[in-house]
Amino acid sequence: MTAVATPDARKAGRWLYVTSVVLLCAWVIVPLYFLLINTLSAPEDVQSYPKAFFPAFDMGSLSFFVTFNGMIDALLNSIMVAGLTMILSIAIGAPAGYALSRFDFRGKELFRLLILLTRAFPLPLLALPLAVMFIRTGLDDTIIGLALVHTTLAIPFAVLITFSLFSGIPMELEEAAWTLGCTRLTAFTKVVLPLILPGIAASAIFAFVISWNEVFAAAVLTIENRTLTAFLLVKLSEAPIHLKFAGGFILVLPALIFIFAVRKYLFAMWGIANR
Amino acid sequence: MAEIQIKNVAKKFGEYQALHDINLTISDREFMVLLGASGCGKTTLLRIICGLETATTGEVWIGGRRVDHLPPKDRGIAMVFQNYAVFPHLTVFENIGFGLRMQKLPNDEVTRRVERVAELMHIEMLLKRYSGELSGGQRQRVAVARALAMEPDVILMDEPLSNLDALLRMEMRAELKGVLAESNTTAVYVTHDQVEAMSMADRISVMHKGKIVQAASPIEVYRNPAAEFVAGFIGNPPMNFLPATATGNGQWRVAGQTFDGPDTEKTLKFAIRPEDMAPADTGLVAIAKVIEPLGAHLLVTCDVDGGMFRAVLDSDTTVKAGDRLTLAPQPDRVRWFDPETTLAVA
Repeated sequence: MTAVATPDARKAGRWLYVTSVVLLCAWVIVPLYFLLINTLSAPEDVQSYPKAFFPAFDMGSLSFFVTFNGMIDALLNSIMVAGLTMILSIAIGAPAGYALSRFDFRGKELFRLLILLTRAFPLPLLALPLAVMFIRTGLDDTIIGLALVHTTLAIPFAVLITFSLFSGIPMELEEAAWTLGCTRLTAFTKVVLPLILPGIAASAIFAFVISWNEVFAAAVLTIENRTLTAFLLVKLSEAPIHLKFAGGFILVLPALIFIFAVRKYLFAMWGIANR
Repeated sequence: MAEIQIKNVAKKFGEYQALHDINLTISDREFMVLLGASGCGKTTLLRIICGLETATTGEVWIGGRRVDHLPPKDRGIAMVFQNYAVFPHLTVFENIGFGLRMQKLPNDEVTRRVERVAELMHIEMLLKRYSGELSGGQRQRVAVARALAMEPDVILMDEPLSNLDALLRMEMRAELKGVLAESNTTAVYVTHDQVEAMSMADRISVMHKGKIVQAASPIEVYRNPAAEFVAGFIGNPPMNFLPATATGNGQWRVAGQTFDGPDTEKTLKFAIRPEDMAPADTGLVAIAKVIEPLGAHLLVTCDVDGGMFRAVLDSDTTVKAGDRLTLAPQPDRVRWFDPETTLAVA
């Protein structure tokens, strides 16, 4: 007997599949939806029930933030830290990804594994020793210090994404360039780089988002130069509920847009990581 | 002028010995084909000449200059890759002109040379296209044009036609041979396709297990294989072998028949090509097993002395499975091999 599914079993399987998809989507979308509704509702409506399906588009909560003292500074800090993280993690991660895809060296597989292990230690555990070390070296409360911490968080992803990008470029293209008068470096800049630039951009944006979203290290390691996440975390703990919603919304939106833009490349990374 | 000399080249990948002490001289303007089954080391040898791989030991000389320490770009070579390696982010024009731009040639010189080779390879109407908009055959033409545009001393080709369909392959084969003959370059061509090798080469180097078993003209390789491997590899169907016993004075007993052969005490194998036999009154006794009409010929697989034996007969021959044939080998086409050394014995 071969295991051929009866129409009933197939129907049930399909039903299960659809339900799972709906549930998973709801898991992600429903909270975001409420966040959106509450952000765009008038302050007094936030606590009300039932909710209107379409929000009132009351910009009161959002406009509050534009004038909120320190908000713009924190936003600038966030952008600077995230930008620096982006540059550092690509500058360090891309060569590592290239090496992993093109060269055979001892401990290559171990290295690929270890690179993920950098994410195995919870940040709260590292925060205190890091803070002490940063105070000693004078890196505490600086943009560059925080960017360094965020870079360590972003590098594993930068390495894995660029590794999969470089692996997708046939070695023969580079070899052809060498026979046509290129050195290793010019072959890279004239052939490999143009081909992976979109992927590198995606990987950079992902590093940006990791830094943008990170709150713990930011809150512990900065005092004066807070990033937006750390700033909102501290300020909003005392704020009324409608401002909390609006603050949350401000934080989530850019990350969502960025991740959506680079989703194709993230799938590529997981494809490789699962091998 | 570019003669290629390979002196005592050996290559090891870890513990695996890919090439054993290769010595080969390819003369200026010669079309040399490296022929062998996959894994025989032919591509490795080509890549060592190219500079994409370094030999573990030995020397490579091109045009009287030792090049094994030089990067590919300084060797005066151009290479055509199996998967074409046409740059996807550049137009056909820029692909062909890539090497010329790297040499910083003036614009009008680049245009002149690109247009000349594009015309030669019949792709002048594709110059503005990208690789993604080309068929496999067109990409192959771009790859060859790109190599020719460099006007190299030596052109290296790694199975350039293996990704094309059969008809296109035949067409490109003839075209490539013509273009290369005109270009006055030395060519080294790697393939596992013996028809390709026979039809294109000035000389074939048959490789087996990291060694060159025979390097000779196609006809020589076909008629006088230097070793049993070559005899069994070249020709479709390959040579037939039968055990032979010496009866003294250069007489040999093969499947009940007596043949003239080398005067030696050793045990030898008798060998004959399937097409070098004809039905006659006396000869090897064969029981026909399978008859395959191939149009021009009849391929008859039969049983001689308990072993498999193939004969290519005229298609007018009337023969059916189970028939008893007497096949007379053409005496000057009979070859002898020493089973111990597997080498040919004259």
